[in-house]
Amino acid sequence: MSIVQSDALTFECETGNYHTFCPISCVSWLYQKIEDSFFLVIGTKTCGYFLQNAMGVMIFAEPRYAMAELEEGDISAKLNDYGELLRLCVQIKKDRNPSVIFWIGTCTTEIIKMDLEGIAPKLEAEIRVPIVVARANGLDYAFTQGEDTVLAAMAQRCPSNLHSYSSSNDTSKSHIPLVLFGSLPDPVVTQLTMELQKQGVSVSGWLPSKRYTELPVIQEGYYVSGVNPFLSRTATTLMRRRKTKLIGAPFPIGPDGTRAWIEKICSVLSITPVGLEDREREVWDSLEDYIALIRGKSVFFMGDNLLEVSLARFLTRCGMTVYEIGIPYMDKRYQAAELALLKATCEQMNVMMPTIVEKPDNYNQVDRIRDLKPDLVITGMAHANPLEARGINTKWSVEFTFAQIHGFTNARDILELVTRPLRRNLSLSELGWDVYSKQS
Amino acid sequence: MKLAYWMYAGPAHIGTLRIASSFKKVHAIMHAPLGDDYFNVMRSMLERDRDFTPVTASVVDRHVLARGSQEKVVENISRKDREEKPDLVILTPTCTSSILQEDLQNFVSRASIETEADVLLADVNHYRVNELQASDRTLEQIITFYMEKAKLNNSVVTTKTVKPSVNIIGAVSLGFHNQHDISELKRLFQDLDIEINQIIPENASVQDLKKLTSAWFNFVPYREIGLMTAQYLEKSFGMPYVDITPMGIVQTAECIRSIQKLLNKLEAQVDYEKYIDEQTRFISQSAWFSRSIDCQNLTGKKAIVFGDSTHAAAITRILHQEMGIHVAWCGTYCKYDEEWFKEQVQEFCDEVIISDDHGLIGDLIARTEPAAIFGTQMERHIGKRLNIPCGVISSPVHIQNFPLSYRPFLGYEGTNQIADLVYNSFTLGMEDHLLEIFGGHDTTEALSVGISANDSINWSQEAERELTKIPGFVRGKVKRNTEKFARDCSKTLITLEVMYEAKEKISS
Repeated sequence: MSIVQSDALTFECETGNYHTFCPISCVSWLYQKIEDSFFLVIGTKTCGYFLQNAMGVMIFAEPRYAMAELEEGDISAKLNDYGELLRLCVQIKKDRNPSVIFWIGTCTTEIIKMDLEGIAPKLEAEIRVPIVVARANGLDYAFTQGEDTVLAAMAQRCPSNLHSYSSSNDTSKSHIPLVLFGSLPDPVVTQLTMELQKQGVSVSGWLPSKRYTELPVIQEGYYVSGVNPFLSRTATTLMRRRKTKLIGAPFPIGPDGTRAWIEKICSVLSITPVGLEDREREVWDSLEDYIALIRGKSVFFMGDNLLEVSLARFLTRCGMTVYEIGIPYMDKRYQAAELALLKATCEQMNVMMPTIVEKPDNYNQVDRIRDLKPDLVITGMAHANPLEARGINTKWSVEFTFAQIHGFTNARDILELVTRPLRRNLSLSELGWDVYSKQS
Repeated sequence: MKLAYWMYAGPAHIGTLRIASSFKKVHAIMHAPLGDDYFNVMRSMLERDRDFTPVTASVVDRHVLARGSQEKVVENISRKDREEKPDLVILTPTCTSSILQEDLQNFVSRASIETEADVLLADVNHYRVNELQASDRTLEQIITFYMEKAKLNNSVVTTKTVKPSVNIIGAVSLGFHNQHDISELKRLFQDLDIEINQIIPENASVQDLKKLTSAWFNFVPYREIGLMTAQYLEKSFGMPYVDITPMGIVQTAECIRSIQKLLNKLEAQVDYEKYIDEQTRFISQSAWFSRSIDCQNLTGKKAIVFGDSTHAAAITRILHQEMGIHVAWCGTYCKYDEEWFKEQVQEFCDEVIISDDHGLIGDLIARTEPAAIFGTQMERHIGKRLNIPCGVISSPVHIQNFPLSYRPFLGYEGTNQIADLVYNSFTLGMEDHLLEIFGGHDTTEALSVGISANDSINWSQEAERELTKIPGFVRGKVKRNTEKFARDCSKTLITLEVMYEAKEKISS
């Protein structure tokens, strides 16, 4: 395959036969983030089996999530959905006393057309615990999009009255309130909030907050900005239903992304950012030891978590060549600024524009990987070991969703992940055996 | 609806996939929504498989819901036929696809017209059977399909091997210590001078199945997988089978004697008594170990056992018969096999528990307060919470239960492994108690004195709170690094800013 220098990003769409996590996996990080929540996944043994295996050890820490496991009687409508859900939710209330119960709809509830949205308000009134419904199913969504469905549902629950306003010490408020959306670990929330504070931008709230009872006030005319690339439904909901204005920016992943994100927010709020250039340069300088390892190397994203474009843009800026960006779903509007930055970065670094492959076909991708022999493949666990056995360096993509990768502070963590296989395999390759499969 | 946090046995399609992917050149196509191909991750992670798992999904999405999936499924089957040239493609329904009630059998017939490969639809009901039952059924289905096919074109091999020979049925991927067990069985049969005709399904080729009948008998080591196949082969081809699990000294002897009886009936004239005696007293260590004074200390200690039928029953017997341990109760999550299980263990424990509710099992353990637990990974975690040691003896398991080193549970080497497992679980428990009685090791305090630098660095309240959010096992390191960083740039107060700056500047 010859490499053709192209001056525009190319978009392709394949068969959608690819491996990714089921979107219900979002409960594993959201229940930890929202401390007073309980997540009830209404599905079958298959859903339960996935959660229990994918979440590994976490399952034993008495998680605030459970399956409402559907039985034959539920499927054939012999049992009454309302009655069944009431029984389970009363028990959850008694055992855990959560401030909110999330119902996660699955493929099965879609197919049997269980009216979760219809049942929830009635049941909520009866047991007096808020019930938020999100349809995070594998028929419509991939992996991280699960969080998007939950946050979109939560966006409707954010208070809009001025009640809780008085307590906030916003004397210095000089701009229209800004609410950020996307679930991040608390330390990263603090870090990003502080970065903005340095520029005189105050963050009025985050969706989600640490507790359901602390959801931010959202009023018509507020600004909102996303911190993750997979939150397009949430963005749409905030704009259309809550009448807020979206600041479309690249995502704060990598020092380049973080700077562009802050700059865009500042420019919308008519603030001139100070010292950002130095801040970015300092971070790049501190990354040099890692960048030296990947400069001039190539990378192939098989695609499974929607972080791919942002990561590819950052790695391009680090001097890598990106062959292919596989991605489950590409919202060109929500990701517009990120795509523009990717294009600009490719031009600036003078490397070929990668192909963006939506709904990829893993079989075809493995074929292309054989031809291209990239230095690094970022992929799911189903393909990682077989590729390693064929002498190809891989990084498990799911780690990017669980590691702290946002803001200036965590740029190093991204490179720590990206370079790990290269650093490890460097020492192994001296031993002289690179291929471990008799099939290849 | 059932409120469930955890389950012992997986959904049916996992069982089917375990069988399909164990054979050589068999490809499974799951009729499933995006994300249901988690099986591939498990194969790749737990078994550390070097090759791509021969399982693909024919993805059910919105379009499929609207239009039906016939074209897509048929196309995916013939595509795999072209790409991988398998001998057999198994279309695997999932819980989602089974409620769509599409005529999958029809898709299979349609597809098989154009494919080189045979095509089968796995015959399992998702709402009635679990992983284990489904794997038993799928194996039987495949064997039946190929045997009936061979019958039709008269290619069933009818001549028996000259020397006594056996088929081992039940070598399956993702089974608990299965690979090691199979190696141990091979060794055992070699010692007994019995040829191994075929081992199925792991690494077997469906083309060879017609030669299954040249073995003198079948051997089914595990209760859960393979029995249906053995019964089919007995009924259709008059092949006898042995299904005694050779786990533990007594059971292994029983198993060998039963093989001896069977072979002698077939006029082989074998006598294994000397072999059994030699192995028991001098080669395997565990019989002697039971007699040694170490093991004396275990007499009457209280234990509980929980797992799949095969392992829970065998371990209960070993604890009671061979080590003199008091089994307060033993149980299984294989509810469908209750009768067999009760009959197996009744006389070796006080009470039999049949349940797949881990909450109930946890409560029972807490109430019983045994000195050791022998169970699955779930019981190990229950034990952790209650401070009771646990030896893992059965699926469901984690990656640490797929050891690289040789760890069979079956045969004579298996008895050694089990003896170690049991003994180590108990000693740790004793040590714990001794420590408690004497107030524990007193080194913790002594150690921490010298290490923390007692200088004048203070933490702001915010920073201290942030520090508590860092997971315990790295917190100390972060604290030390941050303080060192602060000292280096002569700061006396650690604020949030200093903390993050430190993180950025210090390359770990």
